[in-house]
Amino acid sequence: MADLTAQLIEQVRAAADSGRKLNILGGGTKAFMGRQVEAEQETVNLAEHAGIVSYQPVELVLTARAGTTLAELKAALDEQNQMLAFEPPCFSEASTLGGTLATNQSGPGRPWWGSVRDHVLGVRLINGKAEHLRFGGQVMKNVAGYDVSRLQAGAFGGLGLMSEISLKVLPKPAMQRTLVIECGQTEALKLMNQRAAEPKPITAATWYQGKLFMRLAGAGSAVDAAAKAWGGQELEDAETFWLSLANQQHPFFETQSPIWRFSINSKTPEFNISGDHLIDWGGAQRWYAGDYDWDQMVSIAKHAGGQISLYRGGNRTAEVLHPQAEPIQKLQQRLKASFDPSGIFNPGRAYSWL
Amino acid sequence: MQISTARTAEQFARRQSLAERFAEFIDPHYVISDEETLKPYECDGLSAYCEEALIVVLPETVEQAQRVLQICHAEGVPVVARGAGTGLCAGAMPHSEGVVLSMAKFNKILEIDTQCRAARVQPGVRNLAISEAAAPMGLYYGPDPSSQIACSIGGNVAENSGGVHCLKYGLTVHNLLSVQFLTMEGELLTIGSEGLDSCGMDLMALFTGSEGLLGVVTEVRVKLLPRPERAQVVVAGFDSVTKAGDAVGEIIAQGIIPGGLEMMDGFAIQAAEDFAKAGYPLDAQALLLCEVDGTNEEVDEHIAAVEALFHRLGATSVRTSQSEEERARLWAGRKSAFPAVGRISPDYYCMDGTIPRGQLSHVLLEMQKMSEHYGLRVANVFHAGDGNLHPLILFDANIPGELERTEEFGGKILELCVEVGGCITGEHGVGYEKLRQMPAQFSDAEIVQFHALKRAFDRKELLNPGKGIPTLRSCQEYRSLDMNITPNATVESQQDSKGATHG
Repeated sequence: MADLTAQLIEQVRAAADSGRKLNILGGGTKAFMGRQVEAEQETVNLAEHAGIVSYQPVELVLTARAGTTLAELKAALDEQNQMLAFEPPCFSEASTLGGTLATNQSGPGRPWWGSVRDHVLGVRLINGKAEHLRFGGQVMKNVAGYDVSRLQAGAFGGLGLMSEISLKVLPKPAMQRTLVIECGQTEALKLMNQRAAEPKPITAATWYQGKLFMRLAGAGSAVDAAAKAWGGQELEDAETFWLSLANQQHPFFETQSPIWRFSINSKTPEFNISGDHLIDWGGAQRWYAGDYDWDQMVSIAKHAGGQISLYRGGNRTAEVLHPQAEPIQKLQQRLKASFDPSGIFNPGRAYSWL
Repeated sequence: MQISTARTAEQFARRQSLAERFAEFIDPHYVISDEETLKPYECDGLSAYCEEALIVVLPETVEQAQRVLQICHAEGVPVVARGAGTGLCAGAMPHSEGVVLSMAKFNKILEIDTQCRAARVQPGVRNLAISEAAAPMGLYYGPDPSSQIACSIGGNVAENSGGVHCLKYGLTVHNLLSVQFLTMEGELLTIGSEGLDSCGMDLMALFTGSEGLLGVVTEVRVKLLPRPERAQVVVAGFDSVTKAGDAVGEIIAQGIIPGGLEMMDGFAIQAAEDFAKAGYPLDAQALLLCEVDGTNEEVDEHIAAVEALFHRLGATSVRTSQSEEERARLWAGRKSAFPAVGRISPDYYCMDGTIPRGQLSHVLLEMQKMSEHYGLRVANVFHAGDGNLHPLILFDANIPGELERTEEFGGKILELCVEVGGCITGEHGVGYEKLRQMPAQFSDAEIVQFHALKRAFDRKELLNPGKGIPTLRSCQEYRSLDMNITPNATVESQQDSKGATHG
């Protein structure tokens, strides 16, 4: 729990001078994500670079060092009856804010409450020239300069070392209720998209093994009225269910098989893929467990207007994120070079060519 | 102010030859090179800054726009993309030796996908037109800048436009799914997808709000939202700005996120009431408009809570809209605040800083002192929910030196915003206008990083050059001299006399 900025800058400078590659590590709970990288990389440990720098509940803004654990943030927010509305997965107590943004991780409420990048207001970043830079800010609206803060979402640390992140936080809803409807996948997809088009306080819609779970959250009277209108069985201990889904401790994630993630058009009909699967984000995120062919999965994702990633397990020395069109690939390489001219930050972690 | 001086024979010849080349594949009516027809394109919504373009083209297909860019890239000709021209930072002001690429002909809504609540539109489609087209399905497009009747979605993407409903529904960046754009080299790229996110670094976020410096938008896929069952607005008067500011904090502390939360100071209330007859309390020093939307039950619950809170915190008057007609009338005052102020002063200059809400009283007080120092009146309109302040400085451009004093005053306000932890622009963009204040918010290293980032998209730096990011040299001059130099301009043009301004 300290400010290690000066030390981090020195480590980056030394690496840039010697050409050593750096593996940025927070709590180490997302090591299974991205590509497997060369062992000779030097580790930059961010777990100790932690602590909430400022938190003003009335401003709905929180700033913390990148190594701050989600658990610590949650404890501070709980005291003020506020939350990180993007419901980041806490794989363990060690999961950090920096890792969450770098891997763009958001939970079941994402289509309605927004993603981690949606809540980012600013970052401080050490670039490949060991310069400590500030982008964005601590206010809700800021359009000065390019949005380098949100660019970090999904960059797997390849653009620099984030030292500090400012976020928008939100009040917790006054009431939450979860309805369960027993139905097949096709029916569930139809209902998810229908319900999402109604002006009701829906905040999550998930289907797994014949059951559709829809969460309502907001003002008590509004939640009750919507629950009555929609019908379905009330889920007991709903909070545990949604937390297990957000933290990927739901039974689906217990599989030993490789896990695949589709991010696609929510109305896409049921896939003709066998194996255990879970639909989240009202149809826009679909998880599959099994040994599938990479090219085939890419093709299915494209047809569904979206992308695939090999989320966990499988061959991690090959590509694990959806292929990028060649001009976009080149653009990303040039962008990385603009931040990290010697290519020292997490090389090859997101893509072999980045 | 006109930025550059008279044209040389060489420039006229260049204009002629480029116009002929463009007319080979674009309807010659849409290749504009005569001074009279070029006139309307000299500025955007901020008419204080004007420049005549070498040529204006209005392509009708992506292929035509692509060829324009390829030719300009090969010839080293700057290109400024233009939407509806409603921007407020001179971001679409032409380059004197460059081409203005107007996307006005790209005005078709290509698809409204009701099932997954999205619309695919061309960049010249007006913001409001999307909501109108989606209305029969009970859907609408969230961001609603005040110019929504005229501004185009391509321009919204370029500026990351906001509006009065940002706190709850987000900015443009939160409401986009994918963007198709042309690079300066004429390459057609798509970022984002039909899903909610994409693999790898978030190019969508980077591109949104990049002020036409990274690419030219050719197609946008936006999210649509279900229209709330009901909306009601509570209007409350307070005898001090501090009390009104506290009330804003209290609403948030109660866990209510209003659809819109606006504040006006005494001067703005007076002007708006004279203009719109909205029924605002004229004795109030500050006015809050708090709109709650959602389901019928939610609105009932939250309206009661907001009314009680306003009474408890000493509001001098509290009034809640009882009909759609009344709601529209109560909003009319706020929405016409700019023209209302325009009526009581020959000219006004609109600023766009953002501050942490808690700093409001301090900032208003400091601004009052500056107002006295410069001898210029200022009215305040504030997106209180998200801390975005729009001070309107009243002045008369016909009085020698008053525009210069106004610009200096405005610059000081923006620097004050940065000082208290805010930023120089919340939603209008930097463009040409706020280059001068960029060094107050960014260090030289950050400015250098921005330029490097731009070159990753546009290696010859031909897209909207001289906007958005100041040159390093002008930043250093700003720091050493603290004077009103004009960044990114030559020494000669800084001495040009300043002409008309908007009002």
